[in-house]
Amino acid sequence: MKVVVCTKQTPSTTAVFSVENGHVNWEDPGGKPNVVNPWDEYAIEQAIQIQEEHGGDAIALSMGTEESKEALKTCLAMGCTEAILIADEAFQGSDTLGTARVLAAAIAKMEDVQIALFGKQAIDGDTGQTPVQVAVKLGWTPLTFVSGIKELNPDEGTITVERLLPGGKETVIAKLPVVISVVKELNDPRYPSFMGIRKANRATIPTWTAADLAIESGTAGASASKVDWSNVSELPPRDTEVEIIEADTVQEQARILVDRLFEEKVI
Amino acid sequence: MSGVWVWIEHNDGKIAPISLEVLGVARQIAGERGEEVTAVVTGHDVAQVAADAFNYGAGAVIGADDETLADFRVEAHGPLVAGLIEERGPAVLLTGASIRGGDLAAWVAAQLDAGLVPDGTSASVEDGTVVVTRPVYAGKLLSHTSVTGDLQVITLRSRAFPAAAETGATGQAEWVEPAVGEEEIPTKVLSIESAGGEVSLTDARIIVSGGRGVGGPEGFAPVHELAEVLNAAVGASRATVDAGWIPYDHQVGQTGKTVSPDLYIANGISGAIQHQAGMRTSKVIVAVNTDPEAPIFKIASYGIVGDLFNVLPALTEEFRNRLG
Repeated sequence: MKVVVCTKQTPSTTAVFSVENGHVNWEDPGGKPNVVNPWDEYAIEQAIQIQEEHGGDAIALSMGTEESKEALKTCLAMGCTEAILIADEAFQGSDTLGTARVLAAAIAKMEDVQIALFGKQAIDGDTGQTPVQVAVKLGWTPLTFVSGIKELNPDEGTITVERLLPGGKETVIAKLPVVISVVKELNDPRYPSFMGIRKANRATIPTWTAADLAIESGTAGASASKVDWSNVSELPPRDTEVEIIEADTVQEQARILVDRLFEEKVI
Repeated sequence: MSGVWVWIEHNDGKIAPISLEVLGVARQIAGERGEEVTAVVTGHDVAQVAADAFNYGAGAVIGADDETLADFRVEAHGPLVAGLIEERGPAVLLTGASIRGGDLAAWVAAQLDAGLVPDGTSASVEDGTVVVTRPVYAGKLLSHTSVTGDLQVITLRSRAFPAAAETGATGQAEWVEPAVGEEEIPTKVLSIESAGGEVSLTDARIIVSGGRGVGGPEGFAPVHELAEVLNAAVGASRATVDAGWIPYDHQVGQTGKTVSPDLYIANGISGAIQHQAGMRTSKVIVAVNTDPEAPIFKIASYGIVGDLFNVLPALTEEFRNRLG
């Protein structure tokens, strides 16, 4: 059985952003501006656990640029058995639908994949819509916001998961193959091992292009995008100046603050 | 292509708060386009939901009421809504940016090859097209986004818009059959576990949050006490969740929940950029911290420099006296 984990290189969570002439720039005070999308770490860990328990392959897949190989190397260092980069200028500027078409084509090309895992969203575009759309394009079942895998039964061709609901959880059984998006509660991602890092650095990561995936022009990339998000701006500053409440006693401070909050009509 | 559709999310026979907000936006968009709002209600035993949709401003309601739709399974609800859209051709489909609303919107957009803009926090009509503002890069930037093509699929964030007002209108829903039978649905819901009576973070009007300054699991006690008096939800910073002091459900921030309450009271939270990303759109922010240099004071409206273990009990007492 093959398990695929789709991952993305994103700005780090500590990155500080600016926008100049509509172009988004970021810097990281810690000097590591790009990381594996933090939500994906749980999906990568799950792919490796499934591979360890059931055998087969745990394949890391990323659509991006040559630079995304760094994210894929992290996947290999953690324990994925294989990594594939999807990169083609024709894919740049894809909306979620275009991205879903490309990822679905790549997953279909691998054959015999039973589970495709995603983090619940990528912290750059923050759409969280790609997993369901990949499932629709593959004709598979989407299971989003999965917080636990209760049973995976490849012989029966079923998986039982726990997923988040607004205000609770549900347990669902689904027929394989499935596309799963995961949340943080699922597991504790491992750190890459020293041996894993060495192995990852030596690994060759193949690159698949539009031709490899038989993606026709006009079905992915900027020309096919139905969403125009070119207009990006910085956040308006919060137009508040903090009022520090000082008084002789904490009771007096509390009284003044509560007065203010009633005046603001937020109580 | 004309008409603005809203897919209605509902719980226990009532329209979910987020869908009332979406109905409000739909009425505004439809008004500017000179069109009507159509509510789509899918589920089981949903006659009252359909009636309520008229009351909150839908001009027409298309419903499907069937056992196969009792649980929200996107493999059943998605093809039904997509099929109706294909047949009737609305220009806009709006849903809440919730777990279910997001799944449904993604499914419909993928099945119909339509453009999708998720998680809008404001929406306006320009030259007939809906332009949506949405937070990107974990809420650190804003994207002003529009959709081209015959169908625009848009999801809207909870608590970013006022709820639709009641109109008193009534009407007759049109009832249609489900698109797929039980044997074609590849999933079954085995059990549902509700989180209990706690106020959910994303729906809360008031959130009282604790950070590293609470010092340990028992340090959340004064946070909980204040939350109880205010009927508020309890939030937490990542540090406290990682330390195992409080469950992950409570985490606010970039790798937790994004919230937008009327009042956010941050206690012992320094206000790292990742935490701010999850709460900076709160209407009023109060910060309680011993460190006057803590970044949280830069985005707060009111601050008390002091020990939360002194300040919170005093606040709780004051609110208890005022609120009775």
